[in-house]
Parts: sequence; structure tokens; C-alpha cells
Amino acid sequence: MTSKTVQQRGTVTIRFAGDSGDGMQLTGNRFTSVSAVLGNDVATLPDFPAEIRAPAGSLPGVSGFQLHFADHDILTPGDAPDVLVAMNPAALKTNVEDLDPGATIIVNSDAFSPGNLRKARYDTNPLEDATLDAFNVISVPLSTLTVGALDDTDLGKKEKERAKNMFALGLMSWMFSRPTEPTIEWVRTKFASQPELAEANITAFTAGFAFGETTELFAHSYEVKPAELPPGRYRQITGNAAIAYGLVAAAECTGLPLFLGGYPITPASDVLHELARLKHFGVRTFQAEDEIAGVGAALGAAFAGNLAATVTSGPGVALKAETIGLAVSVELPLLILNIQRGGPSTGLPTKTEQSDLLQAMYGRNGEAPVPIVAASTPGDCFDAAIEAARIAVTYRTPVFVLSDGYLANGAEPWRIPAVDDLPDLRSAVRFATEPNHDGEFWPFQRDPETLARPWATPGTAGLEHRIGGLEKADGTGNISYDPDNHHRMTELRAAKIARIAETIPPLAVDHVEGARLLVLGWGSTYGPIRAAVRRARADGGLVATAHLRHLNPFPSNLGDVLRSYDRVLVPEMNAGQLRRLLRADFLVDVHGYHRVSGLPFTTAELVDAISHELKGLS
Amino acid sequence: MTDTAAPPLRKKDFSSDQEVRWCPGCGDYAILANVQGIMPSLGIARENLVFVSGIGCAARFPYYMETYGFHSIHGRAPAIATGISATRPDLKVFVVTGDGDALSIGGNHLIHAMRRNANLTILLFNNQIYGLTKGQYSPTSELGKITKSTPMGSLDYPFNPVSVALGAEATFVARSIDNEREHLTDMLTRAAAHEGTAFIEIYQNCNIFNDGAFDAVRKNRPQQIRLEHGQPIRFGADHEFGVALKRTGQLEIVDVASVGEDGLLVHDAHRADPGLAFMLSRLSHTPEGPTPIGLFRQIERPVYGTGLNRQVDAAIARRGRGELADLLAGSDSWVVAG
Repeated sequence: MTSKTVQQRGTVTIRFAGDSGDGMQLTGNRFTSVSAVLGNDVATLPDFPAEIRAPAGSLPGVSGFQLHFADHDILTPGDAPDVLVAMNPAALKTNVEDLDPGATIIVNSDAFSPGNLRKARYDTNPLEDATLDAFNVISVPLSTLTVGALDDTDLGKKEKERAKNMFALGLMSWMFSRPTEPTIEWVRTKFASQPELAEANITAFTAGFAFGETTELFAHSYEVKPAELPPGRYRQITGNAAIAYGLVAAAECTGLPLFLGGYPITPASDVLHELARLKHFGVRTFQAEDEIAGVGAALGAAFAGNLAATVTSGPGVALKAETIGLAVSVELPLLILNIQRGGPSTGLPTKTEQSDLLQAMYGRNGEAPVPIVAASTPGDCFDAAIEAARIAVTYRTPVFVLSDGYLANGAEPWRIPAVDDLPDLRSAVRFATEPNHDGEFWPFQRDPETLARPWATPGTAGLEHRIGGLEKADGTGNISYDPDNHHRMTELRAAKIARIAETIPPLAVDHVEGARLLVLGWGSTYGPIRAAVRRARADGGLVATAHLRHLNPFPSNLGDVLRSYDRVLVPEMNAGQLRRLLRADFLVDVHGYHRVSGLPFTTAELVDAISHELKGLS
Repeated sequence: MTDTAAPPLRKKDFSSDQEVRWCPGCGDYAILANVQGIMPSLGIARENLVFVSGIGCAARFPYYMETYGFHSIHGRAPAIATGISATRPDLKVFVVTGDGDALSIGGNHLIHAMRRNANLTILLFNNQIYGLTKGQYSPTSELGKITKSTPMGSLDYPFNPVSVALGAEATFVARSIDNEREHLTDMLTRAAAHEGTAFIEIYQNCNIFNDGAFDAVRKNRPQQIRLEHGQPIRFGADHEFGVALKRTGQLEIVDVASVGEDGLLVHDAHRADPGLAFMLSRLSHTPEGPTPIGLFRQIERPVYGTGLNRQVDAAIARRGRGELADLLAGSDSWVVAG
């Protein structure tokens, strides 16, 4: 066996693409895990169709998983893949446009049958004409090789062929010098109850690795050294797992039992799934009959003294709006997690967008302010959930947490927080136990500092009281139709939410001397914006940047920050929702960059947007 | 002063200081008095009682009870109450609703609470009309009902609430009437003692918009059938009529004189199968023909909240109380050295 040379690379982006049934998500996730454990910084972008199994070989059925790994800290899943693994013609067709010339394409040549070519709308075989001349195409008969490697097993041909994703994973593991042991170990655990399948997958995987080593098709392999990340213990985490863990952590921080009422909806269901597994943390999950009942049960649970949450996506929030308004009116803590997706209506269920900001802000009848917290990275979903819980229990208010499909399914290395470093929120809970007004209990007598009302839970003797959605008299909470009282209560509810700003940190700006342009973002655009600003600065651009965690209320210094720059650019995956809020609140002529394609921004397009604004300033 | 046990609670202890604001003559007054009246006998501390309602005339009920109360939004009371009862098995949770609230806008939540067997006592005040919005026909109004929204008569076939509850396989289904004090007290007491969802339809007169809707089946009227578990089903001014099960599987109204008491159906409220109870609810679709009141069905089935809490306990017993640090660390972590 000849030993091949190893070339060093600083950063690599790979995209695995195949049929929905080809196991591309699993393959991508495995490669990510191994890369993360190896110490690379990683960022991922799963991209799959809404259909569970579109017709095999068809264009709509293509499922992809993009992975960016590097020897330095990275912020995005990469713009153009360096390597595309295409399991069939449809996967090639739908992904080749994203490649830059010179990129490597590894195809499963077995899948380029006349039938599959037709389904992918190729008139001729692109492996045999000039279509792919700009690329480094490596044709590997993945199916044949996999079946051959499994000759000695008793599996049927179909089952053997199904292991081809593991062969591909093995090949890529060789190509990028990934260790094999963690994957072998993982397969053994996953198929513990089916040892035959486990061995077959391992055989296919090691055969793929060995193929890379021996075949003449590859001249050399690559290595991406570990990144220098801040010291600590790390794991890989997706946004949906992080937000679920954040809720569990918030329950521990507040000393309250966690209740989640939900209804299955993409891309939020994994939060329900994750929490349903965590019953040994005292977590109660309730899959309701509909979205309305999911939030209704959560609000009931809040009244009963739980840390209560509901998880959904935009269409679900629309259904929950009336109950969220009730939570505003009765002033009970409630967390509404919106894992945003493309809209309007059913929209793009599996794609990302951040177009529910104004829905969170205004999507209720009456004057019904609700605080909004947004997560910026998959791992940040953890902190966002805890911060939302802090606001909810301290101020007795529903709080929105905005995540999105990109954060939900994307993964990154996450420095595991120390439990002792989490905030102690028990003092914020302070259940009422005693009458508070001349021997009586007034459920709407407010804390002078926070304007929060007392939280008296059923079971507390002497504090029996009634709450409801009708307007309440300031203090007693009795039904009141008094005109002045309604005006006062409206102002009090607004003032309570505004006061939250006193407890949130001022917006931190990453400023460079001489910068006149501020790029301001919120939510999952954090990575692309930071990456673009970094690149713009490397090209000599004087650009400042900042990212909002709190969308309502805003940090108290936001107006000053905006006014201290000659130009403000807000890139958003919507038609300009934060931009509109900023213009309305601060009368600043904020510029926007907007694209809603269901995919996160590329660094390159934001670099262009930044340079356009810089040109406008000069 | 020596310690003395707290004096037993009385009806007035369950009456809040809020002025009751139903129309004079409304059937809700009698129901409120009856519910307040049974409270002392439940032996449950006031602080452990919760009344949840939606929207409508009936939904004002919690304001008048000196207990915990939640006047929520239209149709959603069963969902909100489920969140309370499932997480707090120490509480006794009542839902007070009306025909529009429970069967129109909230129909979905009602049937799911019942199939789930959430631990709720649901009181449905049926007046066959929308009262609070001033007199539109409701999902229980008789076909052809002329109201402001249906000047040529309503076109949609009404629900029979007891049939709906039995169709959803509620584990306790009863019917009573606002001013039948003893009967209503009996039904309320039994419902409150039931583990799981107890559903009572209470015929409630709306003297403003639908006066007299239940006159045909009120006390001592010949069309009222009183169901008694273990008793042959008889009714009429002189109990001259009965209900018999035909060989074809249908129920029929018979003259007791002609078939004899042995030929009558004996009511069994505890049959596992709700089919026969459903047939009884269908003797007359609307309360004009022969209409049973009383306990249609009471069976035992696992209670949702109990199961939910047992799973939590079982998970803790099996895996030990979860450690947050372990959860966050996961099974696949690595160290980056400083």
C-alpha cells in the first residue's frame, strides 16, 4: 500500500446530498461529531424537504447537509462547498450551482442510470459530457463497492446497498483524516439490538475508508487541525436541544417544576421530543389537541405555579395569540418559544426565516406588550431560554423566545456552562403567602420596583382570588369598566414591560476606530453578519457591528448607539421588520438588506451589502 | 385562648363579595346557589378549589365563588383547566361553561378533555341560546330556530350535549335541571366525587332570550325520565310509560301496562360500553320529547393527570433525579485545553 501525502487546510466546507432516504442527515451529523471531537470549530446547515419521502431520485426529494469545519473559529456553515458528495443525479443537479469552479464533486456513479437521469431532467449523462468540466469530478461506484464489501453478510441486496452512506462517510473520513473509532463506537451503540446491521454498517464504513487509501482516484488526503477555542469542556449542540436544556436549567434556577404544552409542528417538535425524554427532571410535557390547547394548558399550569412554556412555529403562534393576550391581561409568567420558519401560512416548514418579529411584537388584540428575546446561535438558545424565564417570572408576563429553523437544526461546538454559573432566580419567584392590603389579598397590587403583581397559586389559604381577561381594577383586580382605570391599567402594563430595560445590559458594540457604518442584527444572522464584518475589515473596511438579544424592550442605549453612526445597516431574513421598529422608535434612517430564500445569508452577499453601504458613505 | 378546630365551612363561606350580575330570573342563580350549597360537604379546603370558565353568561360563575378562579377566553376553559389539574393533583378543578362556549368554539377542547379523562368537573349550562351576545341561535338550539342571526330559521342540526359526551367516552355523564334542587345537588355531589372528567349538562332557563325551553321536561312533567341505576326506566304522570330494548337493538317507549315491569330496560350506569347510555340520550334529540335526566354513565378509567405524574415518578425512580450538569455535558464531549 502506498502512503499518500497529507495536505493542510484551514477550513473546509462539505455538502452531502442525496435522496431523503439516503441517510444524508445522519451522515452529515456523524461527520460533524467526529470533527467537533477532533477539536475543529464546526457549523452545520441541514437542508431537507418538507416531504418525508418524496419520490426516489426526484428533484424535490433531495436532502442535503452542509458542514463547515476549520482550524479557527468560524461563524457560518460556509458559502460554497469545497466538496459536494452527490448520491444521485438529482442531488448533483440541485446542488452544483452552489459550487465555485475547482470544487470537488464525488458522485455515486451507480446512481447515474437512464431512469435517474430522466428524473433529474438531465438529457445526457453529465458525467460523460462537458457539464462538469469546471470541477474536479470523482466518480465512485458507491453502491457496487458497498454491496461488494458486504458480500459475506446475509443481508439482502437492498439492505446492503442502503449502507452506501456509511461507505461515503468512510471515504470522506479518510479524505479529511478523521478518526474512525468514534464512528464505529457510535454505530455499535445505535444498532446495539441489531448486531448484524451494526457490523454491516461498520464494514461499509471501513471499506469506504480503505477505498480512499488505496484507490488511484485520490492523490492525497487533507487535514484540518484543531481550532483554538476558549478553554473548557465542549459538546456539539443544536438549537432545539439547547432551548430544551435552557428550559430545564431555568426550572432549576427558579426552583419551579417545568411544564410544556405543545402540538407537533416543524421545526419545533424536537423541543417537545427532547423534553418528553427528561421526565426524571420533573418535566411534564403535554401534547395537546391543538396549538390553542397547548398554550392554554401552559397558562393554566402557570396559574398553578409551574414554570410554563409552549413551543411552536409561526402558524402556531397565530393560533395562540388570544391566549397570549390573556396571559398579558392576567399577568402570569409564560414562555412562548417560536422556532420560526418561512411564511406566510404554511410557507416553508423546513426552511428558516425571521419573519415573525412583528407577529411577536404586535400579533394580539388591544394594547398587549410582550417582551421578546432572540437567540443568535444554536448554543445561545440555551441562554436565551434562561433569560426569557428570568423576565417572565420577575415581571409576571408572557415572553417570546425567537429561534428559527437554522438555529433549530444547525449544530455548533458549545462550551458546556457550569451549573454554578447559572443565575439564581428563586428570589424572583416569591409566591405570595400572605394578604398584602389591610388583611386582604389584592391580586393586582404591584411591586413598586418591577410593577409585577403577586403570584398567588391555588392551594394557598387565605389568598383565594379570581383572575380573568376582563379589565381589572388597579389593585383589587375586581372587574372594572371604569374609563380612567382602563387607561391606567393599559399604561401600567406597558410601563412594566418598559422597565425590563433597567435589568438588561446595554448593547455592546464591536467598534473599530473610524467606523461610520454600524451593521446591526438580531437572531440567527449573527454568524453571517460577524463573518461578513470580519471579512470587510480584512479588506480595510471600517465597520462596527452589534447584535440584539432583546427586541422588546430594546436595551436603553440603543437610540444613542444608532445615532452615533452615520449609517446603520440591518440585514434580516424578512422584509425589514426590525428596521421598521427602529425607524419608528428612533427616527433613524436605518438601511436594510433583506432576502427570504429559506436559507441563511451567505457571508459573500453580506460583504457585498456592507461594501455597498461603505461606498454610499464615501 | 385554647386552640379550637376551625368551624366547619358553610354555604356563605363560598360566596365571594362580588355582586352577582345575571339577569333577574336567570336559571344561573339557582345553579350558583346549589353549587355553593354542596361545597361544604365536599370536605375540600377553599384554597384547593379552582373554578375555570370561558366566555358567556355562565362564565361569570368563578367571580361569585370564594375559591380560586380563572375566567379565561371563549371555549378554552377545558384546556386551561387541564394544565391546572394535570400539574396539581391536590386541587379540585371545576369548569363552568355554556352551550356556545363548550360545544361551538370550544368543542375540540371539550371532547379531548373527556377522552383524556382529565380530572375535571365540567358543568355545562345549556340554555340553547347565545345570551351574552343577545340572542343568536346556539349549537344546541332546535332546528329552525328563529333568532336575529337566523331570521328564516336556523339550518344546522343541533348537538345533544349528553350524546356528545358519551360519544367522546366521558367517564361520568349526567344531566340535571337548574331548579331541581335535590336532583342537581345529587348530581353535583356525585360528579365532584368522580375521579376523571365528570360532565353534567344542566338545563338552564334563559328567561330573556329563550324562555321556557325546558318546560316540557321539568319536574313532574310527563316527558321527564329520571334515570336511577338498577331501576327499570319508567316515566309519565303515573309512571305509565317505560323504556324497553327491542330485539332489533333499538329502544322504544312502551306502555308498562302492556309489557309489564319485567319488560322494561333496567338502567345500568356502570356498563363499560357507552352504547346503551348513548341510545338513552337519543330517545329525544331535543328536550321536548321523553328526556332522561340523572346519571347516564359512570365508569373508571385512568386519569390523565395521575398518569402524567406517575410517569415522572417512574422516570425518577428508574434513572434517579436528573442532574443538570450531566444533561448539559451529554455523552460526547471533549476538552479544549487553555
